Formats: sequence, C-alpha cells, structure tokens
Amino acid sequence: MAKIRPRVKAPKKAAMGEIIEIKTLINHAMESGQRKDSGGNTIPRQIINRFVVTLNGREVFSTDLFPSVSANPYVAFFLKAEESGDLTFTWHDDDGSVYEDTKSIEVA
Amino acid sequence: MKDELETGGVSRRTLMVSLGGGAAVTTAMTLVPGLSLAGEAEVQAIIDQMAEGTPVDGGVELDLPEIAENGNTVPVTVTVDAPMTADSYVKTVMVMADGNPQAEVARFNFTPACGTASASTRMRLAGTQTIIAAAQMNDGSTMVGRKLVKVTIGGCGG
Repeated sequence: MAKIRPRVKAPKKAAMGEIIEIKTLINHAMESGQRKDSGGNTIPRQIINRFVVTLNGREVFSTDLFPSVSANPYVAFFLKAEESGDLTFTWHDDDGSVYEDTKSIEVA
Repeated sequence: MKDELETGGVSRRTLMVSLGGGAAVTTAMTLVPGLSLAGEAEVQAIIDQMAEGTPVDGGVELDLPEIAENGNTVPVTVTVDAPMTADSYVKTVMVMADGNPQAEVARFNFTPACGTASASTRMRLAGTQTIIAAAQMNDGSTMVGRKLVKVTIGGCGG
C-alpha cells in the first residue's frame, strides 16, 4: 500500500464563537472484506475503523467507520471556535496502526 | 408479520428493482448467492438498540445525490435540527444503508463543542436503496431521517 498520508483542512484563525468547518482525508484502501481475489479467496477486511479529534487533549468529535465507507475516507464536521490550541486528528487502522495529524488554531 | 409492516415503507419501484436484480430484500434472512444484504429489519434493530423510547421521524436531514452514478463513492451529509448546548445536544448519528451487506456506514459522535450537528463522508452503495440516519440526543431521545438514492453502478464486490 502507498504511504498513508493524512490531510486536514482547517482554518488557522477563527473569531470567538464562529462555527468552522474542518475537512479531513486519508489515503487508505478501506478493504471491505467482501471482495474476492482472482483465485476466489476472500480478501481480508482492513479498514480505518475509528477517527478521533481532540482539542487540547479533550475529545470534541469522533467517527466509527464501517466497511461501507469509501476508499480514502473523507470526514468533514464542524467546530465552534471557543479556545485556541492544538487539534489532533487520529485514524485507527484494523491492523493496529495509528495515523496522526495536528493543526493549531488561534481563536480571537 | 413484522416484515410485512416494514416493507410498507418500501416503494414499489425499489421493490421491483431489487426483485429484478435477483435480490429479494424482503427480510434480512434472505441469502443471495455471494452477497447477503442487510435489509430493513437489521436497520430497525440498530435503531431500537440505540433509542430510549420511541424513535420519532423527522429532524434529521440527509443530503444525498438523487442519482449516484458511481456506487463506489457517494457523498452524504447528515444534519440534525437540534441545539448544541451543554444541556441538550446530539450525541451520536448513525448512518445506515439497508441495501448493503452490512447496514452500518458510519457513526458520528458529536459533543457540544461542535456547535452544529452536521457531518459528511463518502460511502459505498451496492445498489439503489434507502439511506437511514438515526440521531440520538444526550437525553436518549432518537430521531430518524430517510432518503432514497438511486445507484447506477453498484460499489460492492469486484
């Protein structure tokens, strides 16, 4: 598999109380466990099963993903800008790997 | 008995399309060679498990294309019409697809810090089917929204 690279699009600055949209994408095959190879053997499931967002260490949003989520899972959501700090994004793979990205946000 | 009631919500067209495709999706127990689909009953079971009390229809908006040409990646946005305050907020939204092998697609877990209960993703759809979103408030009450999406080329198997 190609090197997994998470991508996050979030504003660097926001006004106090503003509702901001955060878009995330990670390249991953999201192998559903439903497909068969040319020999008729089922290809084992390997997906990103959980995505968690924390702001200064406190969980603000998360998503549980199932095999029906498309390859290269995209998740977009909103946050109300109430404090400056670090947003940490973590993706959890079925194989135990964890992919992480961080963005800082300044709330004025 | 239960199946009879639940298929009441399925339009004649949906039913005919499923039947035409050789996949009678009348019950979750129906086994189609190679691919068993979730069906209405499984969706209802998940909603019943989530809900405290009776789930209410409405208040959950699903933004989906009317016709999805490629079932491999169908954009979906779910928005719940509810306040997001510390006292009253949307806790989880489960997005389900009754015509996929597994009903669950994604479960969004919100907190009051989100400001608004809205999230988007992209999903695989095996064929024309109804997408169901069940939203649970922090007090346990549950709202359900449904929308039919027509899929030209399914996104399963291969």
